[in-house]
Amino acid sequence: MPAETVSVTGWGRTAPTTARLIRPRTYEEAVAAVRDCGTRGGIPRGLGRAYGDAAQNAGGAVLDMTGLDRIHAIDAADGTVLCDAGVSLHRLMQILLPLGWFVPVTPGTRYVTVGGAIGADIHGKNHHVSGSFSRHVLSLELLTADGGVHTVSPGTPLFDATTGGMGLTGVILTATIRLHPVETSLMSVDTERAADLDDLMARLTATDHRYRYSVAWIDLLARGAATGRAVLTRGDHAPLGALPKAARARRDPLAFRPSQLPAAPAFLPDGLLTRRTVGLFNEVWYRRAPRARAGQLQRISTFFHPLDGVPHWNRIYGRGGFVQYQFVVGYGQEEALRRIVHRISERRCPSFLAVLKRFGDADPGWLSFPAPGWTLALDIPAALPGLDSFLDELDEEVAAAGGRVYLAKDSRMQPDLLAAMYPRLGDFRALREELDPRGVFMSDLARRLTL
Amino acid sequence: MKDAFGLPQSLLILGGTSEIALATARRLIARRTRTVRLAGRPSPRLEQAAEGLRALGADVRTVAFDALDPESHETVLGKVFAEGDIDMVLLAFGILGDQARDEREPVNAVRVAQTNYTGAVSAGLVSARALQTQGHGSLVVLSSVAGERARRSNFIYGSSKAGLDAFAQGLGDALHGTGVHVMVVRPGFVRSRMTAGLDEAPLATTPEAVAAAVEGGLRRRSETVWVPGALRLVMSAMRHVPRAVFRRLPV
Ligand SMILES: Cc1cc2nc3c(=O)[nH]c(=O)nc-3n(C[C@H](O)[C@H](O)[C@H](O)COP(=O)(O)OP(=O)(O)OC[C@H]3O[C@@H](n4cnc5c(N)ncnc54)[C@H](O)[C@@H]3O)c2cc1C
Ligand SMILES: NC(=O)c1ccc[n+]([C@@H]2O[C@H](COP(=O)([O-])OP(=O)(O)OC[C@H]3O[C@@H](n4cnc5c(N)ncnc54)[C@H](OP(=O)(O)O)[C@@H]3O)[C@@H](O)[C@H]2O)c1
Repeated sequence: MPAETVSVTGWGRTAPTTARLIRPRTYEEAVAAVRDCGTRGGIPRGLGRAYGDAAQNAGGAVLDMTGLDRIHAIDAADGTVLCDAGVSLHRLMQILLPLGWFVPVTPGTRYVTVGGAIGADIHGKNHHVSGSFSRHVLSLELLTADGGVHTVSPGTPLFDATTGGMGLTGVILTATIRLHPVETSLMSVDTERAADLDDLMARLTATDHRYRYSVAWIDLLARGAATGRAVLTRGDHAPLGALPKAARARRDPLAFRPSQLPAAPAFLPDGLLTRRTVGLFNEVWYRRAPRARAGQLQRISTFFHPLDGVPHWNRIYGRGGFVQYQFVVGYGQEEALRRIVHRISERRCPSFLAVLKRFGDADPGWLSFPAPGWTLALDIPAALPGLDSFLDELDEEVAAAGGRVYLAKDSRMQPDLLAAMYPRLGDFRALREELDPRGVFMSDLARRLTL
Repeated sequence: MKDAFGLPQSLLILGGTSEIALATARRLIARRTRTVRLAGRPSPRLEQAAEGLRALGADVRTVAFDALDPESHETVLGKVFAEGDIDMVLLAFGILGDQARDEREPVNAVRVAQTNYTGAVSAGLVSARALQTQGHGSLVVLSSVAGERARRSNFIYGSSKAGLDAFAQGLGDALHGTGVHVMVVRPGFVRSRMTAGLDEAPLATTPEAVAAAVEGGLRRRSETVWVPGALRLVMSAMRHVPRAVFRRLPV
């Protein structure tokens, strides 16, 4: 199998390291790649949408799984799909929507693979209703360190270690996923504005249960009385009856038509995103949103994946790249959330719209991120002076409140706080020790945090 | 591993008692560095240095290393890398020599050259190979403004640093794209053990200031760092001063 030595980063484009990139096209090639990883091990990689160093492995092998991308079987009556782990959610939407099915969970981008979705046990705007991705995985096939392929079912330790296990238990080859039925490819969306953080939390708490999908975009540059002002967008798949009778959409209600703008240029100057430009953007965006509007029809891409409209948008952060910080704190810890939001807005981080959401029940993955509570995610340019110490302080607030930060987004957290944030870390390490005593599966994230 | 800000978790110092290196270590320990290996000639001072860093919470060990014994470098440094990844190597050893005496006693002059240049070539190449195998890491080399243009008053030291500087730049180019980052640091006059008792040059600075500049360079992935920063301009002017004038400059 050809291997190329390349520099690899995550979506945030920080901390590049060099690895041999191998792209298996068959299961046999994947097995061979794992067998030949060498002393610095290997790690599976999907579409590289994890922000930090989860899918990179300095000096070792990175297994690009996007070459294994067959959809094996669709049960259009029951709503399940069996596919390779390298298939993207974008591709699944293209194939499944015309059949009246939707992926059970989608993150803020469609360009993630099924393997990445399970490896990070991703969540979507429907977490409060549907849980994380792993809840909808009926079975998966895992290639482990010994070169064997195992069928892994929910309710087993290996399943719970693998969902959220960041590729460190082995390479997921295929998965069977339960789908969600839809009548149309449009979303029916309610929009409302919240004047400040308390207003926002009150609205989300009072009415989230009415919506399958819910998220709030919060302006962290707003200060004073406007701190935490936000726009809530919540909705569900539009039923057929919701489409206007004369509309084109009626004739082809399940058509999937994402819109796309040209990619961001490869070389952009540093310093495009300053407090001023980002503040202005946030202001315009807040003012533009309707105070309240119900039942607006939106495309799936507009509602779920607005950023996918601009390929390579991560380049706007320039050479230094950026950091995404996402944490969750439990219900009852609203004070901690308020403190953190105030600190961020007082610090004037040039952060584009951040996202606030309420999580529902947790799933059993040992390193799975979501837990019942409030989750906040924000992007910040890595070159912002003092950012590292500031985020360390936030880590401490989060840990003290019994919360955690999301590994799929992390590139810098305080390693000492990991065990407090992920109480099953000990079990995870023990299972890895037993399953993979030579440490065949290894990533920069695992080295940095001793996972 | 380095974090998103380029700051290392593990640090190997070659020249473990160097004041500049120890100031850098203290600074990095205050961030993410938890493992430090101090390579140097065994001495109570080396053990004291280790103790001082342990008190800050780092896991510190000393390793016997002599720049003047290049035959041993492969083995000595190989062992350190075999124990675990090193995110940053700080090449800090060096001697100033005594210009007047070294001119009279060429054998001493040769020691300066061997320590600062050939010793560094050997240790630099060994470290670079290990970092390349790891697929990541920074090699930070303490060069000097003295190497930018050799002066009458210390051209033996200056020429050794000129060699080191050219070597480190070339190595950086050779390693470009391998995941390994080479950073050349050019301090001016630094108030340390090395310069104790000498007359201060203009723009004199401290080990702490050099440490801060090293941290800044890591964050920006710089290839060259001057300390203080103003020296970049001063030295680019110096380069163009005619020989006849330069000879007579009181620096
Ligand atoms: C714009 C944007 C929005 C996002 N929004 C959300 C969101 O709303 N919710 C959310 O949860 N996440 C979100 N993410 C993060 C993203 O969903 C996860 O990082 C996801 O894991 C990326 O999938 P990937 O295929 O790109 O995997 P990579 O980034 O390539 O890898 C991620 C992890 O999965 C592992 N992995 C990949 N393939 C396999 C495999 N075949 N077998 C085993 N392990 C594997 C890797 O080893 C790595 O640890 C977002 C990311 C972006 C860029
Ligand atoms: N101070 C300045 O003004 C200045 C300016 C520009 C550049 N620099 C450079 O910065 C570096 C550090 O200097 P510093 O100011 O921190 O001086 P320092 O405290 O005197 O450090 C010099 C270090 O080199 C070590 N060393 C000397 N010979 C060695 C050998 N044969 N093998 C192993 N180690 C050896 C010394 O170890 P021992 O304890 O065993 O002697 C000491 O650790 C040097 O390379 C220096 O040239 C200094």
